[in-house]
Amino acid sequence: MSVAKVRVYRGDKNGGEEMEYEVPLEEGMVVLDAIHFIQANYDGDLAVRWNCKAAKCGSCSAEVNGMPALTCKTRMDSLPLDKPVTVYPVKTFPIIKDLVTDVSWNYEVRKKIPPFTPAKDTEWIMYQEDVERSQEFRKCIECFLCQNVCHILRNHDEKNEFFGPRMLIKIAELEMHPLDTEDRKEFLREQAGVGYCNITKCCTEVCPEHIHITDNAIIPLKERVADTYFDPLLWIFSKFKAAD
Amino acid sequence: MEKYETHTHDVIVIGAGGAGLRAAIEASAQGASVGLVCKSLLGKAHTVMAEGGVAAALANVDEKDDWKTHFHDTMHGGKMLNNWRMAQLHAQEAPERVKELEHWGALFDRTKNGKIMQRAFGGHTWKRLAHVGDRTGLEMIRTLQDRGIHSGMDVYMECTITHLLKDGERISGAFGYWRESGRFILFKAKAVILATGGIGKAYKVTSNSWEYTGDGHALAYEAGAELIDMEFVQFHPTGMVWPPSVKGILVTEAVRGEGGILRNREGERFMEKYDPERMELSTRDIVARSIYTEVQEGRGSPHGGAFLDISHRGGEYVKKKLPSMYHQFMEFAEIDITKEPMEVFPTTHYVMGGVRVDADTTGSTVPGLFAAGEVAGGMHGANRLGGNSLSDLLVFGRRAGLGAAQYANEIRDNTLKIDDVDLEKATEEMLQPFENAEGENPYTVHQELQEIMGSYVGVFRTREKINEGIEELGVLKERASQLRIEGSRMFNPGWHLCKDLHSMLIVSEALAKCAYQREESRGAHSRVDFPDADNEKWGKVNSVISKDNGDMKIGTSPLSQMPEELKKIVDGGYK
Repeated sequence: MSVAKVRVYRGDKNGGEEMEYEVPLEEGMVVLDAIHFIQANYDGDLAVRWNCKAAKCGSCSAEVNGMPALTCKTRMDSLPLDKPVTVYPVKTFPIIKDLVTDVSWNYEVRKKIPPFTPAKDTEWIMYQEDVERSQEFRKCIECFLCQNVCHILRNHDEKNEFFGPRMLIKIAELEMHPLDTEDRKEFLREQAGVGYCNITKCCTEVCPEHIHITDNAIIPLKERVADTYFDPLLWIFSKFKAAD
Repeated sequence: MEKYETHTHDVIVIGAGGAGLRAAIEASAQGASVGLVCKSLLGKAHTVMAEGGVAAALANVDEKDDWKTHFHDTMHGGKMLNNWRMAQLHAQEAPERVKELEHWGALFDRTKNGKIMQRAFGGHTWKRLAHVGDRTGLEMIRTLQDRGIHSGMDVYMECTITHLLKDGERISGAFGYWRESGRFILFKAKAVILATGGIGKAYKVTSNSWEYTGDGHALAYEAGAELIDMEFVQFHPTGMVWPPSVKGILVTEAVRGEGGILRNREGERFMEKYDPERMELSTRDIVARSIYTEVQEGRGSPHGGAFLDISHRGGEYVKKKLPSMYHQFMEFAEIDITKEPMEVFPTTHYVMGGVRVDADTTGSTVPGLFAAGEVAGGMHGANRLGGNSLSDLLVFGRRAGLGAAQYANEIRDNTLKIDDVDLEKATEEMLQPFENAEGENPYTVHQELQEIMGSYVGVFRTREKINEGIEELGVLKERASQLRIEGSRMFNPGWHLCKDLHSMLIVSEALAKCAYQREESRGAHSRVDFPDADNEKWGKVNSVISKDNGDMKIGTSPLSQMPEELKKIVDGGYK
């Protein structure tokens, strides 16, 4: 049986180091299997988050050979095994221990998003073509890989100014819900900081659910905000309306 | 004794899957102060993995459907062992609960005239499952999560409850630890709702997430509640068999609901032999046994399963209706299911047995202790119909929240006591693995437990096998009393596994003992030495597990009498 070398980051907020382990390969094995092998055979206290091991829960995000990925979905045989495989925690969020990071910020900002608000007398009729836009964003499994690769969050740590791609698709999903009546444009501009996104599309590239985060959610949101706040014709029109 | 933080709530909900979230939302709506505790991050519960749909007689696609037919199907699916009152409430209330989700923002697939779309599923007479492609559970969790975080409850994420606390006979709180720091935490509460899901991690080949270690079953048992029907473990007929590292991952029943066909290696559509009328849409127990039999008799696929083929429906249709399955096979097995068949084999999926509860309030036999969802027993009898789990957790999640809030409201005095001796015992028990200089690796013990359960209490059972299994479990229990772990208390999965193992061992023993006692085959419980159902003796009783002076006691209790009008529905023909 062939053996892979796996280097895992071990440490906590006070620092840490890479540890190398030898893991026997099995057909179809994924990186998370290797981590589990290490836990069971070498280091029982190796910290990793995972739940389903079927790419549905989004818990096992990490950086494999420097690339953000779900470890349960990254097959060992997709990696060059003549070199050691490196597994590191995601970078944008503070480390707790080993591969586990503190993602609580995401839960805090999410609470601030104004929830779904239907009209009181709603008749609950919707058509497939109208729900599909929002359905795309509701596929999100909250792995936070998009948050991890977003330059605004990762390199500039602008967490006070910008909610990141995950939360923008959450807002897009509500805004595009056929029966929602809430207006989140001011919220998008002022609090969620949609203007910060400079459309590098890194988030879209890493999304394991293949959601078109940039094209289908963020750009349309930016356009809505721009139309409302920066379109001179609409601006004048809104003044007349206000005067009525 | 070390100091630890204390929180006080009217109601503590343990588990934040569908049932727990729905319960917490309801209890909050009733004005109770609610603490929602979950082992993982919010939104990662096993419910996200539910794929096919939620069963509710909305009659949007098949106009003739109604709660009576749903009740009829459920009772027959459960081989009449169901708590009829639960099955009745479930069938009656499921449509309202689904519509309510829509009102909270859920986006189900639509019919041409703009209503919630419904699909066919095994054992259901009509097209009954409201769904969102094949990610219905995720849709439900997200909707409930959104509703929940705006409902005023406190959420304690990555927090594990290890002990329930009582004042005399009544529940008075719960004790546990933070996953991150390993620090202990005490909840004072008038009522506790268990919504901890199932037990699948006692088995090696399972569709369940790691959290399914039977915690709620074990907590209830240790607190003095009764468990019923633990022998009934559903083996979902279609788990992935290849490659080995994904063995057991679910292939949704929606594949069969959308027209998928099962074949053996000879190309024979073998369900024609076992259930010619319903074929692939037979109940899960029958389909699972049929696949198992085909493989046993040498007609299995190359990797020891059966072929499940949906490719005849065309690439576009498959990708639209079953997008997750398409990606799952493409990415894990390098198989394009729009062109090739899948290989499938039964996988441990769901436990029908659980905490004995009152149908209307979900109250257990311990005052102040409630249970809903998979951890509660009775609703599904000997076999659960697909789609009835998501509706179960909505209907009884809500009822649990209601029941617990009302109960808590009736306790006017605030004199519930927490016993210091109990707390001391709990902390000592938890810290023991750090003290054991010699001892076993919990991961090794877990692997052996999984081997034992698969080998001795699997799809087909015999007296001898189960007996051997019980003996092996006894030895393992002894070994598990001396677990040793390394490292600190901070985010230490090895340490966490010690407690999970404790729960799994209790559940496994209960399961094996019930399987040994029930000398018949019924639903998901197949005894090779008693191949037929024995309606005279075993068709009239539930198995009951309880704690008696530290020992596990097993017995039976008679089913309650079904009212005449419901009997008529059960006996009547539908379609």
